Amino acid sequence: MNIPRSKLLSLTGWGNYPRESSPSYRPEKSHELLQVVRSAPEPSLISRGFGRSYGDAALNGADGGTRGGGVILHTRLCRMIAFDSSTGLLEAEAGVSLADILTTFVPRGWFLPVTPGTKFVTLGGAVAADVHGKNHHRDGSFSEFVTAIQLLSATGNVLNCSREENADIFRATIGGLGLTGAILRVTMRLLPVQSAHIKVDYERAADLDAALSLFGTGDDRYHYSVAWIDCLASGSSLGRSVLIRGNHAPIDELPLKLRNAPLEFRAPRTKHVPVYMPSWILNARSVKLFNSLFYRKHHTTSKIINYDKFFYPLDRLSHWNRMYGRRGFVQYQALFPHATARAGLIELLERLSQSRRASFLAVLKTMGKASDGLISFPYPGQTLALDLPNTGPDLLTFLDELDGIVIKHGGRVYLAKDSRTSPSAVSTMYPALADFKRIKARLDPANRFSSSLARRLKFTEHA
Amino acid sequence: MTDTSATSAGGTTTRTVLIIGATSGIGRAIAHEWASNGYTVILAGRDRDELISDAADIHIRHGVQASTLGFDALKYEDHGPFFHAATNQTSNGLDTIIVCHGYLPAQTDAETDFEIARRTIDVNYTSAISILNLAAAYFLARGRGTICGVSSVAGDRGRQSNFIYGSAKAALSTYLAGLRHRLARHGVKVVNVKPGFVDTGMTWGLPGLFLVASPTQVAHAIWRACAKGKSVAYVPGFWRFIMLIIRSVPDFLFMRTKL
Repeated sequence: MNIPRSKLLSLTGWGNYPRESSPSYRPEKSHELLQVVRSAPEPSLISRGFGRSYGDAALNGADGGTRGGGVILHTRLCRMIAFDSSTGLLEAEAGVSLADILTTFVPRGWFLPVTPGTKFVTLGGAVAADVHGKNHHRDGSFSEFVTAIQLLSATGNVLNCSREENADIFRATIGGLGLTGAILRVTMRLLPVQSAHIKVDYERAADLDAALSLFGTGDDRYHYSVAWIDCLASGSSLGRSVLIRGNHAPIDELPLKLRNAPLEFRAPRTKHVPVYMPSWILNARSVKLFNSLFYRKHHTTSKIINYDKFFYPLDRLSHWNRMYGRRGFVQYQALFPHATARAGLIELLERLSQSRRASFLAVLKTMGKASDGLISFPYPGQTLALDLPNTGPDLLTFLDELDGIVIKHGGRVYLAKDSRTSPSAVSTMYPALADFKRIKARLDPANRFSSSLARRLKFTEHA
Repeated sequence: MTDTSATSAGGTTTRTVLIIGATSGIGRAIAHEWASNGYTVILAGRDRDELISDAADIHIRHGVQASTLGFDALKYEDHGPFFHAATNQTSNGLDTIIVCHGYLPAQTDAETDFEIARRTIDVNYTSAISILNLAAAYFLARGRGTICGVSSVAGDRGRQSNFIYGSAKAALSTYLAGLRHRLARHGVKVVNVKPGFVDTGMTWGLPGLFLVASPTQVAHAIWRACAKGKSVAYVPGFWRFIMLIIRSVPDFLFMRTKL
């Protein structure tokens, strides 16, 4: 049979930087996907879902002399295969989106056990980036709830991977950025909930120490906990934040008008950013203004809001990434272990505030247990995520400086958001990278699965 | 393979749709559209594994019964038993049949290799007639129901870029017009749907596409056309005007285009 046709697509991650072209396949049947992996003429392939990783993890274009590869879009292989309503176990194809899972299962009283800040990611992407959410301090990352993965390997074999079977491949695949093969199916456990609503508490913290101490003393009372942090505040208000913490609202805590249909809510209207905004829109001054307003608006208070508003405020503004203009932005997410977190965060925030770079969105969060994934991001500590407009080479120099701070304090950066760090930095940040590379080399010696990120960080070069 | 664990809407009689070509990009979207409207769906196609996955997906998402039946368009001798099996899968009988299987070759291949030309005609036309004849007899006897055939805007005027495929689809449209005439006084609706470019595996990576619609959008338009009992429905609707223009261009001008 013929290989399905490819289409040349110009692709980016969510940061709109970098941009690369690749012949892209979009199989609609399982055997078409197999044919692509076996016989597509491109030297390498990488799976891609909704393209919500920020950098070059789901890109595979040509770079500096090496021939680029192809991209496999999983968005048409998106079927739910089995659901057991007694255990909450869902088996689904990698292209199923978290949004689809919510639409299907929230009305039946099930929720995602872990969700990132957007519902527009695929199941395969969530596994490959081992995403985390506002409950990481309590529950760990997405992979904690994944019981099995069906992986199509470079040889064209379908491998069943779990903590019991092919355990090493399982550990390399969760958080493995698609480099061990194409994820076909994922089995995961959903979370039973009584309502579609979250009871949220907002609390202001005047500076970083106040925020860290609130996390330290209160987080055990909350299923979800995160802090919005004002990165332009400096001096005595360095690290001033608004803590946003909540729990699934049980029926008896809902206002009366919601109790009749606790699992329903009025779907929000989505607004669009129709075109790329001029890149000067998000500048130090406008962000500073926004930050002051946001901080002043959020008094210490508590309310009940639906899950969509709580988890996915940015999904209501589709293509919000265009706010940063055509040059895009870089999301920089750093994680420090508890022992060095305070010192590391202060140094990072001071450096940032000094640079007058404006991060429109900055998020601080306590992380819980380390994931089983060999190159998964999370371990216990504090993580800070920043969105920085791409101002050109000076941004990259600045971020290298931040890498220095992160490494000095024994921290790491999140690869699913990265587009610029160096191979040596990553090997320091991820001690198990050598194990990952060994498994990758054994499973896929010819690097049938590769990506721009993998080549940039030399994951495909065997020790 | 029948899924018996499915639930049906309590009390009311569930209606059933048979979809021929259910694993095609359009067929899949059609199945979801009908299922979301509470129909029991019977998915028919060649690829059994795909059908089983699709049926599971439909059952989980929409809570309706979804079953599968193997169907090979070119095995005409099997069509009779196939159709009989399909009608036996439901206690209340079929309410709607949608024929949407198809085969789009590269035009140049179909010009140079007669086997490909014949396959194009057989899949898109001959096999459709074989199954539609059976459906016509069935619905005639029932005195109600909807027959929906998916042809293409490609059948509206022969164009150098795809006239072998286009001619088979034109023949199908003509057949459907005749069948509509034949069954009009017997309570059976015959709907001919003509999609424009649809974003499926059939068109992925083809050059020269414009105004490409999503399968979901097209499936919804087909649902509305069937609900209203339209005779001929262009989906999306603006293709009616585009094709009106393309049909009206005089030959001396048309010959200069590369459409």
